[in-house]
Amino acid sequence: MVATFLRPRRSVLLTGVMSLYLLYTLIPLLWLVINASKTREALFSTPGLWFGDQFALFANIAETLSYNDGIFLRWVGNTVLYVVLGAGGATLLATAAGYGLAKFRFTGRRAVFAVVLGAIAIPPSALAVPTFLMFTELGLTNTPWAVIIPSLIHPFGLYLIWVYAVDGIPDDLLESARIDGAGEIRIFRTVALRLLAPGIATVALFTTVATWNNYFLPLIMLSDQKLFPLTVGLSQWSAQAQGVNARPIYDLVITGSLLMIIPLIAAFLLLQRFWQSGLAAGSVKQ
Amino acid sequence: MTTRRHGKVAVALAAALALGISGCSSGSSSDGSTPAANGTQDAVDAALQQGGEITYWTWTPQAEEQVAAFQQEHPNVKVKLENVGTGNDHYTKLQNVIKAGSGAPDVAQVEYKAMPQFALTDALVDLNQYGFGAFEKDYTASTWASSKVGDGLYGLPQDSGPMALFYNKKVFDQYGITVPKTWDEYLAAARKLHAADPTKYLAADNGDSGFTTSMIWQAGGRPFNTEGKSVSINLADPGVKKWTAVWNQMLSEKLLAQIPPWNEEWYRALGNGTIASAPTGAWWPGVLASSVAEGAGQWAVAPMPTYDGQPVTAESGGSAQSVLKQSKNPALGAAFVRWLNNSRSSIKIFLDTGGFPATTADLGSAEFRDKPSEYFAGQQINQVLTAAADQVAKGWTYLPYQLYADSIYNDTVGKAYLAGTDINSGLMDWQKALVDYGNQQGFSVKAG
Amino acid sequence: MASAATVLSAPAPASGMPGARRPGTPRRHWDQRGWIFVAPFLLVFALAFIAPIVYSIQLSLFREQLFFGGTAFVGLDNYAVVFGDAKFWEAFGRVLRFLAVQVPIMLLLALLAALAIDSARLHAAGMFRIVIFLPYAVPGVVATLMWGFMYGDLFGLAADLNKLFGTEVIQPLSDSWMLTSIANIVTWEYIGYNMLIFYSALRVVPHERYEAAAIDGAGQFRIIHSIKLPALRGALVIATIFSIIGSFQLFNEPNLLRPLAPNVITSHYTPNVYAYNLSFEGQQYNYSATVAIVMGVLTAVIAYLVQLRGARREA
Repeated sequence: MVATFLRPRRSVLLTGVMSLYLLYTLIPLLWLVINASKTREALFSTPGLWFGDQFALFANIAETLSYNDGIFLRWVGNTVLYVVLGAGGATLLATAAGYGLAKFRFTGRRAVFAVVLGAIAIPPSALAVPTFLMFTELGLTNTPWAVIIPSLIHPFGLYLIWVYAVDGIPDDLLESARIDGAGEIRIFRTVALRLLAPGIATVALFTTVATWNNYFLPLIMLSDQKLFPLTVGLSQWSAQAQGVNARPIYDLVITGSLLMIIPLIAAFLLLQRFWQSGLAAGSVKQ
Repeated sequence: MTTRRHGKVAVALAAALALGISGCSSGSSSDGSTPAANGTQDAVDAALQQGGEITYWTWTPQAEEQVAAFQQEHPNVKVKLENVGTGNDHYTKLQNVIKAGSGAPDVAQVEYKAMPQFALTDALVDLNQYGFGAFEKDYTASTWASSKVGDGLYGLPQDSGPMALFYNKKVFDQYGITVPKTWDEYLAAARKLHAADPTKYLAADNGDSGFTTSMIWQAGGRPFNTEGKSVSINLADPGVKKWTAVWNQMLSEKLLAQIPPWNEEWYRALGNGTIASAPTGAWWPGVLASSVAEGAGQWAVAPMPTYDGQPVTAESGGSAQSVLKQSKNPALGAAFVRWLNNSRSSIKIFLDTGGFPATTADLGSAEFRDKPSEYFAGQQINQVLTAAADQVAKGWTYLPYQLYADSIYNDTVGKAYLAGTDINSGLMDWQKALVDYGNQQGFSVKAG
Repeated sequence: MASAATVLSAPAPASGMPGARRPGTPRRHWDQRGWIFVAPFLLVFALAFIAPIVYSIQLSLFREQLFFGGTAFVGLDNYAVVFGDAKFWEAFGRVLRFLAVQVPIMLLLALLAALAIDSARLHAAGMFRIVIFLPYAVPGVVATLMWGFMYGDLFGLAADLNKLFGTEVIQPLSDSWMLTSIANIVTWEYIGYNMLIFYSALRVVPHERYEAAAIDGAGQFRIIHSIKLPALRGALVIATIFSIIGSFQLFNEPNLLRPLAPNVITSHYTPNVYAYNLSFEGQQYNYSATVAIVMGVLTAVIAYLVQLRGARREA
């Protein structure tokens, strides 16, 4: 009986019901793939969930990559830069701070914790205008820093690391390292980082997704097209179909969207073992 | 590795902060109001000789080619071209940098409707100081008037949009519709077409502030008047009523396709005959040719319908290029604007890429006027459009805060479109919101 | 702000996180070396968060006119205006409605999916888990552009469906459908993310507890009720709070759909859209800052109340 519980029969009914979920999830993605394969004319004249006469996916990809002197590739590069510096930096800062808060009893610890987590409730638009005006005075707008610096802060990441570090890193281990004469930075590097690895992977996932998807902030901070990340670039392509000098390029918007989500999906699939264990262990424990 | 990364971030932050400190001390460089004396172009010529670097914000597709040509003619000047977004996105950015006191381009595209707002917020250079007032004779009266606010000249016109009636001839022929000369005939044609085929509409209008203001303009309405700090708004004047009398019928009888402009469905509808006509600006052929390939050979153009059969039209859209006060080298900016909108080589590029000019020489040239349009099945469309340019009704002005007005148009008048109710009541809501806003922002605004 | 902090730290003791152990973390003495690790974060935090908030508060105390100059200190006047501003409350009411319907549906669906995948009764469970999670990798901008194309009732997928069923019922961009259509996009984006959070919480339930339950003869639903749901409580509270905050901050979806339905999505459709348009269309920076601050405080208060309820149920 215990055995049947642990290895229960697979249910066709349940699988069927869950397949509806799957359908719901996949239809928009399917739509994206199908429409990325259509010519501009077919896009306007054929049903959404069926292919056009020509399979133009590769032609569309080529045009997306070369349109406007290959600005799309530039946007890819920018996005990667923002993710590496922004998400990488955010993960690092959150890891160090979460560890510091979990493992040291210093003056003002509770206050730091309260203020940082309170920041989660602040709507980004509340910060957008003042941050913009402030960054202008600092000479930071229309530079990569205007996007990177605010991305460096990820309060939820700090929270996850804190949760993870509190009992993921035994105090005794730190003490014995100290007795061996290791400095704090060194202990952090050699002991803490190793033990926190699954938590760090999870935080890296969240910060990467957050930076990759970042739209609002770069939208107001950047005016030079050459600095745009993909999100802002694609929405600008979509909006360029307006007004007196309209030049709609919906086919490129759709193909660009497809190209944009592929790397992230690939990364998810490749790295799933790491972040899933991190989530399980670190996010919400029983 | 970790510490090294750490170090990098710290250095970057320190650098950022240092930058900040120096940025703070420099402050804004605007020198306040310059007396708008009628100067000469000497300063501009000198700046052009000396060279330098300027930034230019625009979303016009011709800009890239124009900038390249300019730099070839003037190798000592570098123009940094930035497309910061189309329409509203562009203005949002522009307002932001003006508010912030730095970061503005030297030269920017400014649509005529936005000209008073940027001029009155002291963001633009009065080009009279460079003697550009002398160019008046080169431009159509309406675009020249739209580039001026009071006595100040805040830009040189690039294009114009005298309105005409563009129609899908294939659909018209198929359903036996004759080209309407008056708005009453237009209404009748709309009924006939929609009755014959309920999937087809004579026009699409889902509530568009630019269209509304242009239609009021053509009907003789002059709802917005600014005199120094006082503004009056009357969205119930006889001209307004003339237009709403026709358009309310169109709306309540569901003869207007409720398709918002400038999105995928709208382009499709233009291509497949769902929308059979459009009363709009002379830049329209450029849009059709570049964006509605399916409609090639089907479209034609005729003069705007009028209320009494006498030819009269209005402007729709159109832009000038302006020099910003924040510019460190306004004379060089002015030199670029002069070249852009007053030189043969630049205007030729503009025309070759489908632009509709604001310059009287081009509008009057036989070469331009008689050129057959391939997209329009060989019709000499510019004969109709240049004639329209001469028939634009005079005396129109936009609100000094037209961009804001446009942004709340759909909250107020749009509600009437949504419910299919009286446009007049929507216009009254719009008026009330505009009076309130103007009074909050420093004007003394009265209704009526 | 402090309230939101307790929101997140409070579930800890209840769900048994050692971090909130009674005696506090350290048995050690004060150790200021913690600052070494916290300082870099705080430095950036001060620049990117605290400074703008302080600046916002300062902005909210003034009123500046766009034309002819003139800035005046107005004290709390702007706050008084917000409380009488019908547009603001309309927007607030809309996100409340959104929250009351969308959040429970999304979390329930995510919960059911997590339970189904965890039940070991599913064929190809791993495939389900990863595919349902995929939309999280799709940026909100792309998701909204995509759904926006599909929502077209003239030529989009909605039109195809209408044609298929011979109706004209499906009009995702109409006034009466819009909020549902936005909710659908948000649900699609975040179901997988929440599902994974729940699923992760389920996976750490010790196997022995299931075995013990099975020996006692407990059925699937009993086990769900008495073992799995209690194990999910902490995760549920956190997911609820994040969803509430997300709903109150609704911006990208309505803003990007606006060109497709300009009459339906007003310039004050959600509080965040309102704040954005106030500053970037109307250049009413002072009032915009005030709206944003009021919204931040309301969000924190509501998140706090939800957390209190969650904690009480556990007690």
